[in-house]
Amino acid sequence: MNNFQYSRATDVTDAIRLLAANPGARLIAGGTNLIDLMKENVERPSRLIDISRLPLRKFEETADGGLRIGALVPNSDLAYHPLIEQRYPLLASAILAGASAQLRNMASVGGNLMQRTRCAYFYDTATPCNKRNPGSGCSALDGLNRNHAILGTSASCIATNPSDMSVALAALNALVHIAGPAGERVIALTDFHRLPGDAPHVDTNLGAGEIITAIELPSRGFAQNYSYLKIRDRLSYAFALISVAAALDLNGNAIREARLALGGVAHKPWRSLEAEAALRGKAATPDHFSHAADLLLQGATARAHNGFKIELARRAIVRTLTQAADATPQSQSHKKIA
Amino acid sequence: MNAYVGTPTSRVDGRAKVTGAAKYAGEFPADGLVHGFIVEATIPRGRIARLDTSAALKVNGVLDVLTHANRPPLAGNDEAWKDEVAPEKGSPFRPLYDDTIKFSGQPIALVVAEDWETAKFAATLVRVEYKPSSFATDLEGERSSAAEMDKPLKPRGNAAAALARAAVRHEADYVIPTEHHNPMELFATTAVWDGGGKLTVYDKTQGVQNVHKFLCAVFGKKPDDIRVVSPYVGGAFGSGLRPQHQVVLATLAALALKRSVRVVLTRQQMYGLGYRPMTIERVGLGAKSDGTLDAVTHEAIAITSRYEDFARNDTGWAEQLYKSPNSRFSHKLVHLDVATPCDMRAPGAASGVCALECAMDELAVALKLDPIELRLNCYSDRDQSENLPYTSKQLRECYARGAEAFGWSRRNPAPRSMHDNHELVGWGMATGVWEALQMPVAVRIALTSNGHAEVSCAASDIGTGTYTVVAQVAADALGLPIENISVRLADSTLPQAPVEGGSWMAASSAHAVLAAAEEVRKELLSLAGKMPGSPLANAELADTVLIDGNIAGISDHSRAVSIADAMRHGNIERIAKEKLNHFDEDKKHARNTHSAVFAEVKIDEQLGVIRVTRIVSAVAAGRILNTKTGRSQIMGGVVWGIGMALHEETVMDHRFGRIMNANIAEYHIPVNADVHDIDVIFVDEPDAHINKLGVKGLGEIGIVGVPAAIANAVYHATGKRIRRFPITLDKLLG
Ligand SMILES: Cc1cc2nc3c(=O)[nH]c(=O)nc-3n(C[C@H](O)[C@H](O)[C@H](O)COP(=O)(O)OP(=O)(O)OC[C@H]3O[C@@H](n4cnc5c(N)ncnc54)[C@H](O)[C@@H]3O)c2cc1C
Ligand code: SF4
Repeated sequence: MNNFQYSRATDVTDAIRLLAANPGARLIAGGTNLIDLMKENVERPSRLIDISRLPLRKFEETADGGLRIGALVPNSDLAYHPLIEQRYPLLASAILAGASAQLRNMASVGGNLMQRTRCAYFYDTATPCNKRNPGSGCSALDGLNRNHAILGTSASCIATNPSDMSVALAALNALVHIAGPAGERVIALTDFHRLPGDAPHVDTNLGAGEIITAIELPSRGFAQNYSYLKIRDRLSYAFALISVAAALDLNGNAIREARLALGGVAHKPWRSLEAEAALRGKAATPDHFSHAADLLLQGATARAHNGFKIELARRAIVRTLTQAADATPQSQSHKKIA
Repeated sequence: MNAYVGTPTSRVDGRAKVTGAAKYAGEFPADGLVHGFIVEATIPRGRIARLDTSAALKVNGVLDVLTHANRPPLAGNDEAWKDEVAPEKGSPFRPLYDDTIKFSGQPIALVVAEDWETAKFAATLVRVEYKPSSFATDLEGERSSAAEMDKPLKPRGNAAAALARAAVRHEADYVIPTEHHNPMELFATTAVWDGGGKLTVYDKTQGVQNVHKFLCAVFGKKPDDIRVVSPYVGGAFGSGLRPQHQVVLATLAALALKRSVRVVLTRQQMYGLGYRPMTIERVGLGAKSDGTLDAVTHEAIAITSRYEDFARNDTGWAEQLYKSPNSRFSHKLVHLDVATPCDMRAPGAASGVCALECAMDELAVALKLDPIELRLNCYSDRDQSENLPYTSKQLRECYARGAEAFGWSRRNPAPRSMHDNHELVGWGMATGVWEALQMPVAVRIALTSNGHAEVSCAASDIGTGTYTVVAQVAADALGLPIENISVRLADSTLPQAPVEGGSWMAASSAHAVLAAAEEVRKELLSLAGKMPGSPLANAELADTVLIDGNIAGISDHSRAVSIADAMRHGNIERIAKEKLNHFDEDKKHARNTHSAVFAEVKIDEQLGVIRVTRIVSAVAAGRILNTKTGRSQIMGGVVWGIGMALHEETVMDHRFGRIMNANIAEYHIPVNADVHDIDVIFVDEPDAHINKLGVKGLGEIGIVGVPAAIANAVYHATGKRIRRFPITLDKLLG
């Protein structure tokens, strides 16, 4: 861990000013990811700008029936908020599938979106890693890559984004509110995270000096037919090998609209509008689910140890869609898979 | 006599632990305490070409950076570094001794600073250049270089021929990965500078006297110069048997700086210590068509370091369990550029019996026999390697009681035949076996006339319950309420004890308590006998007991003198007696504990998700001193067995020779969601031979057999044999 300066931001403008004035500074919210990375010498910020006390903890209903959630709302508060439980249970479920109760109490919405990959080489400063040390090489390509990406990879990085919350947010067409030196802007969550390309050290499209102030959920929450299924190496408290967020709008057994996002497979939550379009107007049957899975997984490629993920993802997609269609969403407390 | 022994007495140290009153090695305060942080090698083999500490030394608050180049003297002979548990063959690792790198994660410098954070920061500024050498860390890649250990178990008959002619034969490799202990408490030492070159060393260890002797030898100190104390240990499971890096480095720094120094390892650094070695277990079983065994072969190929030969008994367990006229065993080692492995709960057996019991299950399938029936067919009443009967062996009863509690008779033997909705259900079983060892231990009892006694011994309580069983046995032997007994443990100045391990401490310490209590009783009898009109005037020692605060006739408790009266009359306040335990030498019996483990798994086959929904473990381990702490021991072992079956694996990248999951987010152990019903049954096992109390010990037996029972259940559920542990879902999907 390096020595660093510490400042507490007084408001969002102050945070932005501090960021601009201190290259090498990092925002700190819950600290559950950043501090770990600092202890491993992966992050060596010159200054920590503490935003944890900024007034970004509100839930506000938006004019068009959606919900705006402050960037510092703790993950647990978000998951257990009555409006989320009632209108966006997919999001609640995804959050509760992640980490542990203690971590969720500390973790913030903004920090969750910004959490970095769990690639073991990224964490080990004694090994090459393009994401940590651009140009040094990717140790995972020909190394231990069982947990790595099967979609949207590049020759410089095959890391995955570890967030569960983001997968549900992607499926729900959430928006990210950002403030920065040039003012405020809003981008779709699906455009927030990047693919690695030849710049894997850049995780997101958040610009220098920008800060996430809120996320926004559109009105449609798919509260009737949804499920979040997370497959991992133990039944709780492990990152996803594969996770699936599925949401359906059904008319009887006919699909009016489908949303489908995958976690654990790429550098960002993975969606395919083509796969979702293919379900529109179709009956909610395993065959159609299967076809959608194929479309969603189009172009999936494996390295030496993660080939199983392709077939596992296919099956998990079908299962999750089935759970959603049957209105028997995966329980995150009873770990038996329905 | 037995008010406490055999009862579910709550831990006498429970309150201290949950209230935080119990202090651990890294918590002892000291005036002027400073902190050390270890810098580790990042390559597995080579030399340190340059070690530049100048930037670290410039940091405000840094006091010193110790390296091989500037350290105080350390012993230069292997004997000094060979602790009580060191492998016979080899040259133990010496932290900061010279510029050689033997494994990645090896300590190469210690930054000492006024506070831990500063030391940790400054450690990042130490610049190291290496002269790397070529290295190897991959057991499977180096399998061909495996060399037979010096002392293989003796073969019986001609196993190769018998295997070749067997009517039904099963041969396979089972692969057990490297596993780390991950005790909750981090390794820590607080070396308190007492002045004049003397130190009190608070260390996380399983053996204070082992550490004491080691430190005296390594630092050339007299026994009185160093005292080692370790009252509470937050789990160790074998990782604390040998003195670890931090105790050497804290002591070294304290002597260098003439100040008190604390060194606490990080979780990541704990992966630079010992571990359960990755082992390829090759088992061959040959059966006659009548379903009896004719041949057993078991070869283990295990990892060790280049500098020490660590090996445990992986392969011999069939000699105890299964009758076979022919057997052959061998243990081979592959020397790699890694740290020396060490004991980890049921060392040898956890891995070897796992393989043997999976193989027995495969043989049962090939023979179309129920797995219990096969085991009963070749049930051995003798330890075949020594051709000895057991002091006691109620394994048959374990099978029966376990099967009954589990509902085994309702098992449909066909794989994939049992379902619970969309989940496949699998039922598997396995046998467990461990040794019942006992070691020399001495105990001192100081009885005061108010009927209180202090019982002291250098033995450690690593969470197993030694404080509690010592108190129970003492309370019974002294005839006092348990509240009147205080127990002091784990101080090197207390009466002799070996390291706490091997499941030997309960029996060993209990009998030391009995021996010392008898000395106390002898003294009381001589005092009581001299009292005018004493009812015990002519009583023999053997005819007396201590009961309800009295010394009394064994058959007539009313012939009694109160302890208080006897001592008052003798005009003494305190009787203090120290005595070494004594076990009659018995070369006519083998001594083992046994278990039968039954597992139920439910598997979502499409997704490969495994749930272990039920475990029944029926254990025969002589008399159970404390059914509550005993049950906890077994449950802990079972949970660990679940981890061994499904989760645990230390993953190394052999291109770098580095462990890539050196943290407990990525090194998986079972969490609550992975653990369902665990039913522990203690089978009655009276044992008149082993020792006075008939006690055997429970520390290891709980884990043995569990991984195999689960693997066998997975087979029963799915029809798939996974022989490479842990059984992760990708293997099930593949
Ligand atoms: C053992 C363990 C297991 C875990 N398991 C899971 C899991 O299964 N699933 C899962 O999804 N997550 C998991 N997590 C990750 C956890 O969800 C994240 O650590 C957490 O969400 C981060 O939030 P935080 O507020 O603590 O972020 P911090 O650590 O404070 O910050 C993380 C990053 O976000 C930046 N940041 C924070 N707030 C903002 C903002 N408002 N605007 C811009 N940048 C910001 C920081 O600068 C920093 O770079 C796990 C974590 C641990 C330690
Ligand atoms: S996959 Fe990405 S994060 Fe992992 S080693 Fe390669 S570049 Fe680094």
